[in-house]
Amino acid sequence: MTRKQRRLTIIGGSIAVLAVAAALVLNALRDSIVFFSTPTMVAEKHIQAGKRFRLGGLVQPGSLVRGDNLVVSFQVADGGATLPVSYKGILPDLFREGQGVVAEGALDAAGVFKADTVLAKHDENYMPKDVADALKKQGHWKDDYGAKPDASRAAQGAAPAGQGALR
Amino acid sequence: MIAEAGHYALVLALALALIQSTLPILGARWRDAALMNVARSAALAQLLFVGASFAALVTLHVTSDFSVVNVFENSHSLKPLIYKITGVWGNHEGSMLLWVSILALFGGLVALFGNNLPLSLRAHVLAVQAWVASAFYLFILITSNPFLRIANPPIEGRDLNPVLQDIGLAVHPPMLYLGYVGFSISFSFAVAALIEGRIDAAWARWVRPWTLMAWIFLTLGIAMGSYWAYYELGWGGWWFWDPVENASLMPWLAGTALLHSLVVMEKRNALKVWTILLSILAFSLSLLGTFLVRSGVLTSVHAFATDPTRGVFILLILCIFIGGSLSLYAWRASALKQGGLFAPISREGALVLNNLLLTTACATVFIGTLYPLALEVITGDKISVGAPFFNLTFGPLFLPLMIAVPFGPLLAWKRGDLLGAAQRLMAAGIAALVMVAVVWAWTSGGGAFAPLAIGLAVFVIAGALSDLVERTGLFRMPLGITWRRARGLPRSTWGTVFAHAGVGVALIGIVCETTWNSEYIGSMKSGDVIPIAGYQMKLDSVTQHQGPNFREMVAQFSVLVHGEPLGTMTPSKRNFSTRAATTTEAALMTRGASQLYISLGEVTNDGTVAVRIYHKPLVLLIWFGPVLMAFGGMLSLSDRRLRVGAPKPAKSLRGLQAAE
Repeated sequence: MTRKQRRLTIIGGSIAVLAVAAALVLNALRDSIVFFSTPTMVAEKHIQAGKRFRLGGLVQPGSLVRGDNLVVSFQVADGGATLPVSYKGILPDLFREGQGVVAEGALDAAGVFKADTVLAKHDENYMPKDVADALKKQGHWKDDYGAKPDASRAAQGAAPAGQGALR
Repeated sequence: MIAEAGHYALVLALALALIQSTLPILGARWRDAALMNVARSAALAQLLFVGASFAALVTLHVTSDFSVVNVFENSHSLKPLIYKITGVWGNHEGSMLLWVSILALFGGLVALFGNNLPLSLRAHVLAVQAWVASAFYLFILITSNPFLRIANPPIEGRDLNPVLQDIGLAVHPPMLYLGYVGFSISFSFAVAALIEGRIDAAWARWVRPWTLMAWIFLTLGIAMGSYWAYYELGWGGWWFWDPVENASLMPWLAGTALLHSLVVMEKRNALKVWTILLSILAFSLSLLGTFLVRSGVLTSVHAFATDPTRGVFILLILCIFIGGSLSLYAWRASALKQGGLFAPISREGALVLNNLLLTTACATVFIGTLYPLALEVITGDKISVGAPFFNLTFGPLFLPLMIAVPFGPLLAWKRGDLLGAAQRLMAAGIAALVMVAVVWAWTSGGGAFAPLAIGLAVFVIAGALSDLVERTGLFRMPLGITWRRARGLPRSTWGTVFAHAGVGVALIGIVCETTWNSEYIGSMKSGDVIPIAGYQMKLDSVTQHQGPNFREMVAQFSVLVHGEPLGTMTPSKRNFSTRAATTTEAALMTRGASQLYISLGEVTNDGTVAVRIYHKPLVLLIWFGPVLMAFGGMLSLSDRRLRVGAPKPAKSLRGLQAAE
């Protein structure tokens, strides 16, 4: 093999691997990404039943109903609309009525959001970023979601930052 | 007083870093040895001052001085001493201080042990190191000063986030940072080489121990973080493809590639330009990881919204260092001389393939992590990219890598014999096929994927061992000769064997855990028995306890096998009143490499408890694999050719091994 042929072999191999990787990435991006919506967006967009998405909002106070065998249902609200959610399993430690939640799943034929994953905030100050953005956009953002009145500078950075240090 | 002293020490460290980043460069330009030597003393003094600053913060936390904001927000007088200390880096400001302290530590180590480096190279390396340090000192002093005081000191602190009050968190961040920041050394060496426009095999030999050290810590740090998530977060998962996890995985992938390309450069003086690029990339990805975690730009279970000015500041640092080093690379790389030639089928070729697959896999992780961010900025759509994406991209790229791993060490440099290597791997291949058949028969016609994946893992392990058998002549020669040969093998060869086998071991754990995990999620009353994977789990009682800074509800389970009691497990739920937070303490019972896992959900008024019970077969191998890899790395680090440091002609030992 000449120097040129060797170099071509290596370059050709690299291009082949990169092409395969690009194909894998494009394929995976088509099939396995999940969009984020709020109840208002769900009401406006008419998302089909069975299409997976992430739902974010506040748990409507007083809406949490625990059934038998860990079945729970609650309503997620964003000020504009509410959407009923049903879930079977153990809710996260920090799941609370009136506070932020992100659930992943799909709508069923009756328009109930069947969640298979529920993520709650990790901290008393934490608001899922998507939820906070969506609420701000609709003008329902209250300052006390983000900051505690006492230590003014404290609340902004501290507790969430502590979380950031997790990894 | 202590807070002010700590703050002052940090400012002095910045001043020293500024001196260290300029004078040695001028010294190198003017060939002034005295100026170049400033780098050494400045680096040591900088380490001293930042160490003092860090010690001050630890003292403040230990003495619970709530007049300091950072202590007030993250500590509590009733918190156990160990968590008072680890709480120092359980928050943004403190962990950034730890970051720069480790950076200064590495700078100090280069200054201390870099006596065999050419004077100008050492001056350049330490100067580049100081650029990075200066940027981060400024970041801390301007946006995240941990020594700020409160005007009216409160009596009690707000306590550390309970999830972080755990021994795993005591060790995980320092480990991870030692890894992240350790790559700053190879980065500094790369930039120094580009500035000097000169690079040779000796460069690779100087950089390799530092890279190896960083890689060992990063490997252990990632494994420890994964184990922490597994037992502390209470849902039994050990890897979530969370952006913050990806942020630590990307430098690891680039660092692993770098370790391998350094071998080629050291032995064959080839792949120089590529190695320099990888050195820059590994540290850039570490910086990116810091940015992702610290700025809160990504939606994640771990990354939280923080002060936006911090994000902008780190983004600026990121742009300057990554952009600057890549521009320097584009400008100077062509000046570096190209190295030796090799055939595609050769040790070099195998290592190039390793690099290609590792960096491509790293690129897919990069895309999966940053694509949602880019899309949101461009179109405003919010998406999340989860495990399915990474399973579909990262998995298929790792498959050929796994197949290739055993071949690499068996191929000769320059021109290898693939057929010969395949013949020598015959035994490993047979072992793998037997394993596939056994697992398939044992699981009686489940999916084909798991048996094949386990077969692949066995191939990797057996392949690593065949390399050893080949080199020592085991089964072919008398035991005495084998023994002498085994002792004569360089430690780096043993390191390769352990590290490669570790990959296979981890793969077995991953496949077993994901395929044959049994779980029960439901509610239980006292006296209920749940059968799971051949065990009976009986809930005996639920009781309340008072801990130092929390109240906990403890459930006691008896574990039985065929009616015989095996022991008890006591998962609990802790309630931290200061933070109004609850944590779940899972209970684990280890049986061989498998584990039983119980975590509690909510308790209803009629006394039923929601529980998650898992049986996770061979789950411990997932973390035992990385420990083996790190052990292999340590063996390799202790190799005499690295301790000797300056490149010297090969000693007579070399004559014994065929492929080296």
